[in-house]
Amino acid sequence: MSTSSVSKGCFVFKPSAKKKKTLSLADHFIHGCEGAENSEKRFKLCQDLWDQIKTDTEVLQDELNRNILDSLLDFTRKCSSTRQHSDWASQMRASEIPTAALVLGVNVPDHDMTFQSLSDLLQQSVTPYVASVQAKECGALKHLIKRVLERLMGTVVTVDDEEEEEAEQTSAQHHKSVHCSLSTLCDWYNTKTKKSNTGTPGKKRSSPVRDGPQQPPVVIIFKDLEAFNPRVLQDFILICSRYIERLPLMFIFGIATSPSTIQHLLPHSVSSLLCIELFQSLSCTQHLATVIDKLILTKQFPFKLNGKVMQVLISIFLYHDFSVRKFIKGIQLALLEHFHSQPLSVLCCKKKEALLNVMQLDHLDLERIRHLLSFKRYVEKQEPREQVDLLTDDTHLKEVCQKLIKDLHKYHKNYYPILRCLHTLTSSLPRYPLGKQIRELHLICLEKNVWESEDYQSAMKLLKMLAKDELIALLQRCAEILQPAKSKKIKSALVQLEDMLTKFKQLDTVAAEPPPTVEDSITSPLKHLQKKTDLAQLQKTLLEMNESRRAKKLSPFEVLRNEALEFIDSLVKSHLSPPESQVLNEVCYYTSSATVRRHLNATPRTSIQAALNSPFYYLQNDRLKTEDGTVSNAAPDICIVYKLHLECGRLINLYDWLEAYATVVSAAEGNDPDSDNFGKVDEVKHARFIRAVSELEFLGFIKSTKQKTDHVARLTWGGC
Amino acid sequence: MNLLNHLCYPNPTHTPTPNLNLNPNLNRSQIRPSSFGTLSFWKIICDTKLHYSYPSIFIYGHRASGKSHVMHVLLKELELPHATVSCVECVSVALLFEQVLLSFFGCDAASLLPRSASLSDFVRIYRQQCSQSPAKQTRYIVMEKAELLRDTDANLLPALLRLQELDNVTIILLSEIVWDKFRPNTGCFEPLLLHFPDYSKGELHTILSQDRHPSYSDEFYSSYINILLGVFYSVCRDLRELRHLAALNFSKFCEPLEEGKETDTHKLWRNIEPHLKKAMQTVYLREVSSVQWEQMQQTEEKENGALRGLSAHTHVELPYYSKFLLIAAYLASYNPARTDKRFFLKHHGKIRKTNFLKKNEKTSNHLLGPKPFPLDRLLAIFYSVVDSRVAPTASIFSQISSLVTLQLLTQVSHDDQLDAPKYKCAVSMDFICAISRTVNFEIVKYLYDFL
Repeated sequence: MSTSSVSKGCFVFKPSAKKKKTLSLADHFIHGCEGAENSEKRFKLCQDLWDQIKTDTEVLQDELNRNILDSLLDFTRKCSSTRQHSDWASQMRASEIPTAALVLGVNVPDHDMTFQSLSDLLQQSVTPYVASVQAKECGALKHLIKRVLERLMGTVVTVDDEEEEEAEQTSAQHHKSVHCSLSTLCDWYNTKTKKSNTGTPGKKRSSPVRDGPQQPPVVIIFKDLEAFNPRVLQDFILICSRYIERLPLMFIFGIATSPSTIQHLLPHSVSSLLCIELFQSLSCTQHLATVIDKLILTKQFPFKLNGKVMQVLISIFLYHDFSVRKFIKGIQLALLEHFHSQPLSVLCCKKKEALLNVMQLDHLDLERIRHLLSFKRYVEKQEPREQVDLLTDDTHLKEVCQKLIKDLHKYHKNYYPILRCLHTLTSSLPRYPLGKQIRELHLICLEKNVWESEDYQSAMKLLKMLAKDELIALLQRCAEILQPAKSKKIKSALVQLEDMLTKFKQLDTVAAEPPPTVEDSITSPLKHLQKKTDLAQLQKTLLEMNESRRAKKLSPFEVLRNEALEFIDSLVKSHLSPPESQVLNEVCYYTSSATVRRHLNATPRTSIQAALNSPFYYLQNDRLKTEDGTVSNAAPDICIVYKLHLECGRLINLYDWLEAYATVVSAAEGNDPDSDNFGKVDEVKHARFIRAVSELEFLGFIKSTKQKTDHVARLTWGGC
Repeated sequence: MNLLNHLCYPNPTHTPTPNLNLNPNLNRSQIRPSSFGTLSFWKIICDTKLHYSYPSIFIYGHRASGKSHVMHVLLKELELPHATVSCVECVSVALLFEQVLLSFFGCDAASLLPRSASLSDFVRIYRQQCSQSPAKQTRYIVMEKAELLRDTDANLLPALLRLQELDNVTIILLSEIVWDKFRPNTGCFEPLLLHFPDYSKGELHTILSQDRHPSYSDEFYSSYINILLGVFYSVCRDLRELRHLAALNFSKFCEPLEEGKETDTHKLWRNIEPHLKKAMQTVYLREVSSVQWEQMQQTEEKENGALRGLSAHTHVELPYYSKFLLIAAYLASYNPARTDKRFFLKHHGKIRKTNFLKKNEKTSNHLLGPKPFPLDRLLAIFYSVVDSRVAPTASIFSQISSLVTLQLLTQVSHDDQLDAPKYKCAVSMDFICAISRTVNFEIVKYLYDFL
């Protein structure tokens, strides 16, 4: 910075407006991104894909929740209508607060979305008065009531100018907000409903529902029932039941564990005030299965995950959190990483666009393609002349790439229907040799040639033992799966399959009169059997029977069955090869499972230890580089202290430790080892040592102990 | 005290016929038929237009024995100035004061109270208002659920009991707990004690009969109540519960009548009895909501017993490692720490149970309940129990805290204690057995109690 001033002094430089501009998302993406030339295009592709995935998952989630939300809405409607009935039974029940116990599963963070859409739906169609509360904001009864009042009155009040002033007044005076009680709410509700009944509809916008019931219920949603203080909840319910005559209250309990938790939380005297109905939502594993089905096992999205990344995401879900939201976040992360780090991901888009993009690749990108592992393998298989062309001629390479991209898309087109077919056939077999869920089969197929695995062989063996009606039903379902597919190969496969199905059915009419020879061959030993009673003889005949049966000619059904299964086998072999075998798979498949794991399943302790053991890993200073895993003596104090403490037992003598530290540091300072001062503890070293030790204590590696004076205890075990 | 008791239970034959006209048509009421005698006594006590009444009256009796109702009807019928406050609703004492002032002097007086009013504020304003509008007759403050007053400021209850020093006012405390449990250490003015005894069978019958279904005759309903009481009286005397049961099962009782088959009460009894027996299993615990119960009765012919109560749903789906964390927590809670070596070390040698037994440990740990354990021990057991190698990732730790929020574990130490927090396992044996079955872990082999 320079100034026009002649004199010395301090000058203030205000940052110019231009520089202040915050970086947009795209800038973040482009910054430090691999292969910057087409990064903008990649960013656009990435964002488009993510938007599509996001909207799709939202639609999916809505669909999945529709059933339960609809039944909840019905429940609220029914409750509010029975209140206005005057028949004897409902009058006798009038003192109970209708309550919906909504069991949602243990993945609590996922519930937010469900509750959001629930309260939106309620507000749209049943009642404008919906308040949802969370346990963490309701530590005491006072706070709970306050929250409920705020949410109920606040949301509606903001629309009306007149009342807003009043609300401001109250907040200014802090008078009513302290004395928050349900009677305030009651009065407010009465004026509200009276107003909306008598007032002119043009002026009043406060209640969006005109055609709703005269007395819309007041719904209070407890998002996480388990986390509430039972005392608070009990008192709140007791108070509410005092007002139920005047205020049509309704509760929705969000339950993460099991409904019996209500009985743990509420004593009988309180739970008898509620009229609880149970609603069970879809289990999260089913939820995940649907998401995988719609998001992963489809050719719709060009972006794919390889086996290892899938494995990481699924194991995080199954082993750690059951959270579908996190699973989708994981996909998002992989998506971003892929487009960020792989310059060729510019080809990871819809077929037409990809073909266009191939033509726009520059020389650098083409060189990148030449370095792809799958492409190298492809080149090796070509004739020498072709090889030279591929490696030198850019335009030729572009043409070949177009063909390869087309092939890749074709592969995906065929892969998923056949995968589903194989899953339908094997998912009902005893002991599930190829997995119960389609995701397991998908993982196997991603890893290796599925037909070479033992499980596949055993599955095929089991399939060969299927009865006719079972097999026909399965094949029928396969045909249904193949029906919507458009690719030529699948279409011809479908024709063949249907052909076989008709043959199976014809078998019925033909086989009505079984060939007599077969009958004879089975019955004749049986006749012998009846005559003989000797045990050894019996065994012998049975063995013979078995032999003869095995050797005998196969029945027409068996022939057909083998034919069908061979056909399936051939389909599997031609279409379910792992993606690694496909040329240019690197364009679409994200492979870095370590990155995903590091980001989603953080290991704080491992990274702390890595930092202490090899500071170079984080600090990137050449002086810290060492070969044999030792710490250089120029490392930060804490690393040296840490390294030294690894050599000690459970109790560490502080003075010895300090001495050792001083020696190491002196060496680092380049002091002469023979001089008197070498290894002497001066004040600075002492202070640095103390600081490093207390840092170690803060990190939880040591703690002070009273067992021995001047000693500290180690909290970790294992040394160097 | 003798005199008081006599006052409380005056012999009905000696009392004049009550001239209190209690409305018999009050629906859903808890009228005490035998409390007419008491009522007349009340009339004597309360009909004190000029002279001062007793400063404080303490009424106790079980739930649904008519305490609030009698007070309500009485004060209304006699048109006495009164304020009824439910202590459960008063989250702060200020709210209590506000309600009292509001019902005695109107909202102007109530708004005089400063923010977070104290007792002295209340006394000041009360005195001020009193001088403006002196009492023509005794004012009454009825405090329901008075047992909650014990949890408020220590000076509140004694002060309320002496409130008559301000004005001609009587405070009536309604409680389910006896007075002995109220008496503050510092001593206070003793109130007049009154006990509302539980209803007898006959009284229950009279009260329940008042909820008559409008389309059936009095006698018919009364006979229904008779049957109902015959089944339930031995197990349940709670009026609220009985009324709930009566409402639930009446439609079933009338079913043969509507079909025009039976009119004989005895045969109707035959018909209803199995249903009532069934109701005894599920409804008393309110396992099944009343709506669901009715639906079940309608669809009963189709599917028998398809509806399960709340407690039948105990299955919880947990992530794989959460299950093992819970198992480890259970083991840590119910096994003595000394025995960990025997269970989790590979070469522990042969250590028999008798070697471990200390004198006081002969009782089963399961009878004593879960013991707290530090986080370190939980993780150590977890790593040895889980079959694969698990990296100590952040999500393992977050699973522990989510188990705490789900109330499957409870944190014993204070929230603020970051260093070595302590936990307890809060699940039952059945629950943990079901969990360990799903991960093929034989928990019984690892429990010290079952060695």
